[in-house]
Amino acid sequence: MKRKLINLIGITKSYGNNVILDDLNLYIRENEFITLLGPSGCGKTTTLRILGGFETPDKGQVIFDDRDITQLPPNMRDLNTVFQKYALFPHMSIAENIAFGLKIKKKSKAYIEDKIRYALKLVNLEGFEHRSIDSLSGGQQQRIAIARAIVNEPKVLLLDEPLGALDLKLRQEMQYELIRLKNELGITFVYVTHDQEEALTMSDTIVVMNQGYIQQIGTPEMIYNEPVNAFVADFIGDSNIIDGVMIQDKVVEILGTKIPCVDEGFGENTPVDVVIRPEDVEIVAPGEGFMDGVITSVIFKGVHYEIEILANGYEWLADTTQCYTAGTSVGIRVIPFNIQIMNKPESEDEEAAEIDV
Amino acid sequence: MVKKWSERIYLGVIFLFLYLPILVLIGLSFNNSRSRVVWGGFTLKWYASCFTDETITGAFFTTLQITLAAAVISTLIGTLAAIGISAMKRKNRSIMLGATNIPLLNADIVTGISLMLLFVKFMNLGFVTVLIAHITFDIPYVILNVLPKLNQANRSTYEAALDLGASPAYAFYKVTWPEIKPGVFSGFLMAVTMSLDDFSITFFTKGAGVNTLSTMLYTELRKGIRPELYALSTILFLFAFLLLLVMNRRSDKQMTAGSF
Repeated sequence: MKRKLINLIGITKSYGNNVILDDLNLYIRENEFITLLGPSGCGKTTTLRILGGFETPDKGQVIFDDRDITQLPPNMRDLNTVFQKYALFPHMSIAENIAFGLKIKKKSKAYIEDKIRYALKLVNLEGFEHRSIDSLSGGQQQRIAIARAIVNEPKVLLLDEPLGALDLKLRQEMQYELIRLKNELGITFVYVTHDQEEALTMSDTIVVMNQGYIQQIGTPEMIYNEPVNAFVADFIGDSNIIDGVMIQDKVVEILGTKIPCVDEGFGENTPVDVVIRPEDVEIVAPGEGFMDGVITSVIFKGVHYEIEILANGYEWLADTTQCYTAGTSVGIRVIPFNIQIMNKPESEDEEAAEIDV
Repeated sequence: MVKKWSERIYLGVIFLFLYLPILVLIGLSFNNSRSRVVWGGFTLKWYASCFTDETITGAFFTTLQITLAAAVISTLIGTLAAIGISAMKRKNRSIMLGATNIPLLNADIVTGISLMLLFVKFMNLGFVTVLIAHITFDIPYVILNVLPKLNQANRSTYEAALDLGASPAYAFYKVTWPEIKPGVFSGFLMAVTMSLDDFSITFFTKGAGVNTLSTMLYTELRKGIRPELYALSTILFLFAFLLLLVMNRRSDKQMTAGSF
């Protein structure tokens, strides 16, 4: 296993009565692409700003490379940030922007020029040295912001929703660019976003946050396939989240129907949340599934149709490539492996965390 | 066609109302006769005597000193204040802005009397009190010019500079200053104009012996009108006009530079 580079221990931060982060513990390994994912106000940006040194936590420690840097100002930290709105210096040329950090470190002129050329090549903007910032598109500006950060050879690059202002196509391109950069440079990326697709595409590890608490930490596959609670399930992709009762091992009852599943160890007659991904809902002829219903709406999404089925009082969401018409009676089937059983939230905090989605 | 002409005539009448009095004044300043109704031929002698008259030159230098000193000091204080205000939370910021705007909206004469009452309690009225009074009413103009630039200047550029290793002072000098510089200069020019043509506040805070051009003009006019005063007024008008042109040029340039 790779070394832990950053360790956040018991970080607490509040503004007035508003608690942003409550006893947050998180470590980040060397050379990892870690994404802090959550809705706005979940504390992800505050966590990043604490890492960057722009905020000081009320309680807790930031350990970086075995050193306590909690009180260290941003200019003394060995990490660089790519800001949400690029934050390029408008009165400087692109070369001057990129050279900013190197000049402060009193690097030689030849070294700086080399670095500028190298960084521009890395972000696919060769020959842009003397252009002005205003002449660039949003995507190009973001690349320059990344170039400006990486020439300083930081151990960690912090990225605060860097693709938020770009259009869909550009955002997808930049996602691949970022993955490539991370592999070529071999530095640790800490990425903040509210976009689950971005998080799933790029990350080695995803940290799902809500209301100042970490909900789940895991690989993209783990987070998507085995969400630990209804919040994570709902935030990562669409989900059917249904109240259920675990009758015994491998049998769960939802909406008055007992269906087989693969989960064990929940006890008998325990209330649970049942999560079924829309792409796992199979539409079959009436009577062939475990439940019958009527299609209430069909929406074309390009790759697939998004279909709503009213069955036993619940609006099921199903994704399918086949077209149906609204009003058709159908059956619903889900193979046991695709039924995810989760414990109901225990504390009030967790409950509260689920309401504000 | 009719519409176009009526528009032009309407505009012409308005400008006539605005500028005729000043044009008359300028005309009279070149009149080689002490009469206000008879044209005695063109002359520059009033301008010449204007520059040799000791009352006038004395007042001119006092004005120059007060205007420049007040503008420089208020630009300094106002810029720092604007930086402070922009960093405040929203509620405090609007309270602070309201407080700094009061001298702007308050009737000059009330500000003048209040300052006078305050000053006589602690010191003798004179050059220093006029200077302090000018700084007081100049500051809001500087703040109003600098603050929009600070808000425009993305706060994250300053943080980005820190992030890249700059000390707070270096980050301000390299990143924030270039962005607010135009605002600071237009604030300075505004302060100069305001100080230059202030009468009421100066009148109440100056005490005996100190005269700026505007208060000097007022006392001289009470004694009787001299053609030198027309010449002086013309010069003052032209100077204000020039400042206005400079300010407009600056903002035009920024508009073109800012649009992309």
